[in-house]
Amino acid sequence: METQMKNLVILGAGTAGTMMLNKLHKALDLSRWRLIIVDNEKTHYYQPGFLFIPFGVYNESDVVKQKVKFFPEGMNMINSEIWKVIPEYNMVHLDNGITLDYDVLIIATGSKLAPEETEGLTGKLWKKDIFDFYTLDGAKALAEKFKTWDGGKLVINITEMPIKCPVAPLEFAFLADAFFEERGIREKVHIQYVTPLAEAFTKHKCAEVLGHFLEDKGIELVAEFNTGRIDNDEKKLISWDEREVDFDLLVTVPTNKGADYIETSGLGDELNFVPTDKHTLQSIAHKNIFVIGDATNIPASKAGSVAHFESEILTENILHFIHAEPLAARFDGHANCFIESGRGKAFLIDFNYDVEPMPGNFPMAHIGPFSLLKETRMNHLGKLMFRWAYWNILLKGKELPIGPQMSLKGKILDDIYKSDGFITDEQQITKLSGGI
Amino acid sequence: MSAAVAEKVILGKTLSIDADGNLANLSDWNEEIAAELAKEEGIEVLNEKHWQVINYMRKVYTDTGDAPSIRKLTKESGVDTKELYALFPKGPAKKAARIAGLPKPKGCI
Ligand SMILES: Cc1cc2nc3c(=O)[nH]c(=O)nc-3n(C[C@H](O)[C@H](O)[C@H](O)COP(=O)(O)OP(=O)(O)OC[C@H]3O[C@@H](n4cnc5c(N)ncnc54)[C@H](O)[C@@H]3O)c2cc1C
Repeated sequence: METQMKNLVILGAGTAGTMMLNKLHKALDLSRWRLIIVDNEKTHYYQPGFLFIPFGVYNESDVVKQKVKFFPEGMNMINSEIWKVIPEYNMVHLDNGITLDYDVLIIATGSKLAPEETEGLTGKLWKKDIFDFYTLDGAKALAEKFKTWDGGKLVINITEMPIKCPVAPLEFAFLADAFFEERGIREKVHIQYVTPLAEAFTKHKCAEVLGHFLEDKGIELVAEFNTGRIDNDEKKLISWDEREVDFDLLVTVPTNKGADYIETSGLGDELNFVPTDKHTLQSIAHKNIFVIGDATNIPASKAGSVAHFESEILTENILHFIHAEPLAARFDGHANCFIESGRGKAFLIDFNYDVEPMPGNFPMAHIGPFSLLKETRMNHLGKLMFRWAYWNILLKGKELPIGPQMSLKGKILDDIYKSDGFITDEQQITKLSGGI
Repeated sequence: MSAAVAEKVILGKTLSIDADGNLANLSDWNEEIAAELAKEEGIEVLNEKHWQVINYMRKVYTDTGDAPSIRKLTKESGVDTKELYALFPKGPAKKAARIAGLPKPKGCI
């Protein structure tokens, strides 16, 4: 019997890896399949919560839990850094000396920060006047800084695209505006939002609304700025084409990259993201390697909500794959993000590969309770509820009342989409009316 | 190839344009059109280095179906980041793709 056992190995036990583990534990015949998961961290970080730490809304204990708590009963993980995958031999080498053979491999090692990619970023001002909030340490250090900072030029910068959660830096800008107003020093803080994009956000529909918000909140937008280096002495950001932005306090989102072993294994693109079929989530180069979450190179947002929608598609396709069937489930690029806008309000956007964010209600037409592309208090409550849903529903691989395919129900469609003949999915709405 | 949403006359020819203002059909492109597109981007004369980048971009697009990102450009085109920005100020990948008659690189989501 034992000799017939096959191995399904999951690399990475973050948002996507944990969801896949829970789903596959239910879906696979465990008398034939051995599930193995590897991660070098024992702690699960609720990364969306990092945003709130600098402003004292959350602290460390709100965003960390033990990974194993979210695994199926009896499941454990191999706690080691991944060193190298050898696809030709269906083998993974770990730093701790263990070698794993796989029949199916899922890459879910996410994306990490690479501040060392930018000249001067980790120089003498790093963690003194230059901070990131994409790591727990960075967010905590910034919270300390904010406690005593009495104003000046605050620059919020995206070094280069793509980054995970592309709305987070905007949310940071909105929250900073509200935070300094509350502290009574808003007029002493000059806020600039410096981005390589041509406007405030990657999606034009959304950028129109959010760009207007920046203006209303007195946040200056510096667009098409590709950071080349940081001058620590003069406290300047300098772009590749020699434009300059002065700062007193720089909050940056450094270059995002996939894990180093992806490069070592020859599996990645120039940023160590794995070339992946954007519909089936199968890797382009190797049929028995699948990729999910921030680790892929697909043109979808790198977000937890995206990883969740992908996990439903990928579970189906893994089952198809092991039964030698065509990979019938197709991911449509669905992303759903709450955008915190400060003062207890938030936006909500919902889009996919083909459809731009639109105004309307979500998830139910006429009822909502959330409003798309509009700033409401309900959306803010949704954002806070997301943390609860993340720990209690998402990670455990349970169903949310929102299916993986984007629905056009409840959205106010632009004529262009109507005339394109999109068909709304009746089954979708039946599922949604289960309520949130 | 991307969806045509408008038309534009360049050098007396009517060409289809996509939502980003780039040529919708690869086959409409030639070197004279490239020179005109470059002028729209504020580049008066395309020199040898410009052409090295443009030709590289067209090759990647033909091979992979996507225009390369700035990272890929600097890693593989033989022109470094600094020089790329000097050649195509502000957004090299985006500008060079437009001049090369390709759709905007998918990089930014
Ligand atoms: C500040 C911030 C705000 C965000 N806000 C939101 C939001 O509001 N909504 C939303 O949907 N998403 C948000 N996100 C994005 C979301 O957190 C990620 O998209 C999501 O966690 C991706 O899941 P993943 O499994 O792909 O990667 P991760 O959850 O990052 O997991 C990757 C795992 O791989 C492990 N790993 C990596 N390399 C190795 C290695 N070499 N060896 C062993 N293990 C390794 C890591 O330890 C980690 O556990 C936010 C992110 C940040 C940083």
